[in-house]
Amino acid sequence: MVALPANKLEIRGLDVSYGQKRVLRDVDLDVPANQIFGIIGPANSGKTSFLRALNRMDEMTSGMQVSGQVLLDGADVRSWRNVYALRARIGVVFPLPVGLPMTIRQNVTFAPRMRGQKNKARLDELVERCLRRAALWEEVKDRLDSLGSMLSGGQQQRLTIARALSQEPDILLLDEFSIAVDPVTTMRIEDVLKELKQEMTIVLVTNLVQQARRLADRTAFFLNGECVEVGKTESLFHGDHRDPRTVDYVEGRFG
Amino acid sequence: MNAEFDRLDRAWYIDRIAKGLIFLCGISAIIFILSIFVFIFAQAFGFITEDLDVGEFLTDPTWRPTSESNPVYGTLALIAGTASVTGLAMLISVPISLGAAIYISEFATGRTKEVLKVVIEMLAAIPSVVWGFIGLTIMNPLIIQIFDVPMGLNVLNAGIILGLMAAPIMTTIAEDALKAVPDSYREAAEAMGATRWQIIRRVVLPSARNGLTAAVLLGVGRGFGETMAVLMASGHSVNLPTSPFDSVRALTATIAAELGETAHGSPHFGALFTIGVMLLLITFAINLTADLIIRGGWKQRGHN
Repeated sequence: MVALPANKLEIRGLDVSYGQKRVLRDVDLDVPANQIFGIIGPANSGKTSFLRALNRMDEMTSGMQVSGQVLLDGADVRSWRNVYALRARIGVVFPLPVGLPMTIRQNVTFAPRMRGQKNKARLDELVERCLRRAALWEEVKDRLDSLGSMLSGGQQQRLTIARALSQEPDILLLDEFSIAVDPVTTMRIEDVLKELKQEMTIVLVTNLVQQARRLADRTAFFLNGECVEVGKTESLFHGDHRDPRTVDYVEGRFG
Repeated sequence: MNAEFDRLDRAWYIDRIAKGLIFLCGISAIIFILSIFVFIFAQAFGFITEDLDVGEFLTDPTWRPTSESNPVYGTLALIAGTASVTGLAMLISVPISLGAAIYISEFATGRTKEVLKVVIEMLAAIPSVVWGFIGLTIMNPLIIQIFDVPMGLNVLNAGIILGLMAAPIMTTIAEDALKAVPDSYREAAEAMGATRWQIIRRVVLPSARNGLTAAVLLGVGRGFGETMAVLMASGHSVNLPTSPFDSVRALTATIAAELGETAHGSPHFGALFTIGVMLLLITFAINLTADLIIRGGWKQRGHN
């Protein structure tokens, strides 16, 4: 067995711009495997653009240009000829839950069906497994064939997590998942993430500083397109040699 | 003090008058459509109550209204003419317009998209007599040459012309339906590694199903109602078509061609108006269905 590098993702000199506007400049950071990597920062700091660059979502966003390197298991994601296979290895959860206009079951099995899985027993098993891991199974097991859009906001967000898990991704990207979710559900999802990191690497963009503190093993602080600081989460909150901007942000003086 | 509050000034009267006029304009469409119904039914009434034999009218392929001794008012051949031309037109225009709508909505960007939309709207504005002219002067010799048939004015010609005529409006409505699918759906599917085609086939098209059905139905309605182009391109001879190269006569074209030469109030006159009633009912039903489907779609989307 070939030993994988300890870092799941290595970002080198990443730049993102929309036309003339540069939203992310020269970001270097490593995301270790089987950890939760938090990214904090105020609005417009480039957090979402960073996520989009990781699974090459930029290629469908008109005007978004990315340069620099994103190494996944040591290989540049841009060298993958099959971008669709790359994206299948990277699950994404968006800020607002996007229930596709279909039933709960169809939402979870969307990607496997798309890849040609037709075996009903295996799909059923997959639905239960993904919904259980997303802590939604008990609430929906009796109505799998009703529309996903009939669920509450928090349930829908867990449904999108279940859907993201359906392809057994190596990496799960979450973009401010708790914006439309009540606090109780947020805590349940946070527990889910702590479980999931044993099997995958999680990159969590959040505007809640305390959420990063609760969950993340390492955290990066983005501000105005710059990665100001990156390190062990505790050192971002208590370290002695922190950037003054980091201190101001984590202590709630702006943002 | 009181007097001042009670006095109705100029602004008050103008407001009342403006309200009344705007209300009249608003309901004018309803007034017009009711008047049209009443007028056409009234003209057809005498024929329907006295001369009409429903069985003959609907199932006899003989349309011989001018015979002095034995006039026959069978519209089966005319119905077949309209249906065959419309059917062929849909076979041609549905794939083209769905393809065009998908291209404009999902692939084209920036200038290409804008130019295409304007051009398609221009296409929709071409008068039908111009399309008929194209059928007569371009398609006719072309069909004779390519298929080696004696006559190029037939179902094929009229179907192609009508298909091209219906395509722009179908494209526009279908594109509206696709545009109404939220981008977040596309993005979610994209993030799961769906290809462009998978996104279109598994997410966009199913979500837009109602609007797309309505677009097709409106195209069908357009086909049933079209007169001039079909009159010019179909050959205008009463025939039960057995191949695309047979000439046919459409319901609409029959009215247009014969109404001017019939005596007001004669059975022939009444028969033409009865065809009018039939057309009105068919197109009304098609449009109503399309409308209900579109509204049903809105209701469904409301859940999201």
